[in-house]
Amino acid sequence: MTSVLYDVPGPKARLYSLLGSAAGILIILGILAIAVVTLAQQGIFDADRWEIFYGPMAPDVWSLIGQGILSTLAAAAVAAVIAFPLGIALCLLRISLIPWIRIPTQVVLEFLRGMPVVLMMLFVLLVFATGQFQAVVVGLVLYNAAIFAEILRAGIQSLPKGQREAGLAIGLRSFQSRMSIEFPQAVRRMLPSLIAQLVVLLKDTSLGYIVGYEELLRKIQIMADFLGPDFLFPAFFVGAAIYILINLTVSRIAIMIERRGSKKAAGGMASAIKTVDLEVNVPGTDKK
Amino acid sequence: MDAVIASLPQYWDGFLRTLYLSVISGIIALLVGTLLAAMRVSPVAALRGFSMFYVEVARNTPLTIIFFFAAIVLPRLGVRFEQFEVAAIIALSSYTAAFIAEAVRSGVNSVPVGQAEAARSVGMTFTQVLGFIVLPQAVRTVIPPLINILIALVKNSSVAGAFFVLELFGYGRQLSNDYGNQVLWILLGVAFFYLLITVPLGLLAHFVERKVAIAR
Amino acid sequence: MKSLITRRKSLLVAASAALALSLSACGGGSTTTPPVASASFEAGTTMQKLNEAQKITIGTKFDQPLFGQKGLDGKPVGFDVEMGKAIAAKLGIPEDKIEWVETVSQNRESFIEQGRVDLVIATYTINDARKEKVAFAGPYYEAGQALLVNKDDNSITKPEDVTGKKVCSVTGSTPAKTIAEKYNAEVVPAATYTACLEPLRNKQVVAVTTDNVILAGYVDKEPDAFKLASDETFTKEPYGIGLKKDDTVFRNWINDQLEEFAKDDTYKKAWEATAGKVIKTVPELPTIDRY
Repeated sequence: MTSVLYDVPGPKARLYSLLGSAAGILIILGILAIAVVTLAQQGIFDADRWEIFYGPMAPDVWSLIGQGILSTLAAAAVAAVIAFPLGIALCLLRISLIPWIRIPTQVVLEFLRGMPVVLMMLFVLLVFATGQFQAVVVGLVLYNAAIFAEILRAGIQSLPKGQREAGLAIGLRSFQSRMSIEFPQAVRRMLPSLIAQLVVLLKDTSLGYIVGYEELLRKIQIMADFLGPDFLFPAFFVGAAIYILINLTVSRIAIMIERRGSKKAAGGMASAIKTVDLEVNVPGTDKK
Repeated sequence: MDAVIASLPQYWDGFLRTLYLSVISGIIALLVGTLLAAMRVSPVAALRGFSMFYVEVARNTPLTIIFFFAAIVLPRLGVRFEQFEVAAIIALSSYTAAFIAEAVRSGVNSVPVGQAEAARSVGMTFTQVLGFIVLPQAVRTVIPPLINILIALVKNSSVAGAFFVLELFGYGRQLSNDYGNQVLWILLGVAFFYLLITVPLGLLAHFVERKVAIAR
Repeated sequence: MKSLITRRKSLLVAASAALALSLSACGGGSTTTPPVASASFEAGTTMQKLNEAQKITIGTKFDQPLFGQKGLDGKPVGFDVEMGKAIAAKLGIPEDKIEWVETVSQNRESFIEQGRVDLVIATYTINDARKEKVAFAGPYYEAGQALLVNKDDNSITKPEDVTGKKVCSVTGSTPAKTIAEKYNAEVVPAATYTACLEPLRNKQVVAVTTDNVILAGYVDKEPDAFKLASDETFTKEPYGIGLKKDDTVFRNWINDQLEEFAKDDTYKKAWEATAGKVIKTVPELPTIDRY
């Protein structure tokens, strides 16, 4: 699509584009330079501010950061593992043929989706007086299960009607058709969205900062509180960089899976048969 | 329950501030996001690169960290503001803009190639093709996901409550301390006011989605 | 410029010293820990149960310098923590059998009611609303609300001076409520008190308010940047030890221990090892409120 929006640039356009690019890069570099100089004037780049990362205190500092990363990942992993099956269950209830199951589920889902995650965390923390970890996990589970349910529902609705009809025609019960025919296809179709939602879930663990769960950002704050405010910025920059790196890695994996999926989809019927063939024969491929 | 009724003025104040943050940030994010999407499909490599970089980083940074940056790091860089709402708006709109850019871009990609080809063949330039032909058609498919992004924005504004702005969530925390024995009702009250914004928006998204589906 | 560098150096040194301190405390070499008593208690009392279990769970703050602050090694340090250790010792429970749980302002009552903690020692102001849900032993210290301002700001000396101005405090805290309702200041809410220091430094707010002892901790860390607006406090915040509402036997027993700590210097030593580093005068134990 994008390539048809404009001509292949000629020599003059290429020159302008190059000059424009150079100017743009210069402006960005200039803004960065101002930021760096301002920070430098406040002594942010003085070696002793960063010594916490390599000086005598480094082992403690890094072990604290390590704990922060672990708590972040732990909350995300536990939440994801619980939220996914719960999402499938909610989806089944949501597309149930019986109205008095379907409609209440729809109301609950709308409620969960319309609620800030951090409010749910606070709710669990205060009303059920749980620990911070449980509060973060339950908040994440409730919200993401609702989102997973909606994604899967969209996936099932996007399937050709014939899939379900064929299932019912060969004598499968409605539930069997859902589980063995529709869900596997919906999950595959929606895999990119599901993984994108996992990245959101991972990011949302940082809301734990607000309810007092000691994830990475909170650990950083605790560390800076203890060491003194001069260390807030170095600690914050390192923490932010780690957070972004983790999320970028997960996003990359998501994109890789998406590419793999779209290649399969693009191949048409013949290659689809081939891939199925392949998957049966290649060990280690997830095929049940 | 009576705690909720007694706190209605606070709820109302928080509700208005949440609405204010969401509306202003939403407008800025829509403008910036569309601009980023246009940059992403433009012929200038630097613009494409910048847009890609920005979207990638902003989408992968937790909102809490962006808030921390806007409210605490930026003032250190000399960007001072009298109102803390400004920091919240900067954080919310720069985060949301990235998602809007992605949604608009996929909308642009959903417009049949023939449309752009036809426009180009009658001699339109890049800006004309994008502005008169592609974006207006993209808007239709883009509106439901955009509304969902705006719903997320309303909910995300709750993070401002931890960064110097007293909005709904901030009041929720304050009131739950004032009325320690009625926390359940206080927080359900907060939830109600959020739903007051998000549920109508959600219904609107459903409605538009159905309309678009019929039009196709 | 030179003085700036030395200041920063000294800060680093202070930080390393604090770290060393917390590490040594972790190693069990702390001088403040009283000897563990081999006590025996009447059957059926909470004391006897805790003594038999050889384990106690105490809720404290993790972000209040001098009272309860989590160190780099993950163990909280401060005056509240020392009080907890002293009481545990009287129960015959060694320091390493205490489980410290972070309690924030909003969940202290519910943690006690649901039995998630045995005691809460967390800069916990005794008041009538709270007494409806939990019981308080003590007070073991009387703090008061004060204002922290920039070093060069002489325009604020009393709470009336911040009327209509921006003051930062933690969302939903009692000091935030007081300054807003009694003195009509515009409260700027933050997640933690340390987060409040940045807007103060940048002059986006005129003051930070909470209990004087907490603010003293910040003055101690950055004497060139901040000061207390006045040594006077404008509220009285008697800190108590929170426990289950109906456990009068346990409450009376803790009160007895507190009086004993005042007599045998445990109280003084605990103070000197923690808050006394900033507030030199060792406070008198306030009159115990045996209601």
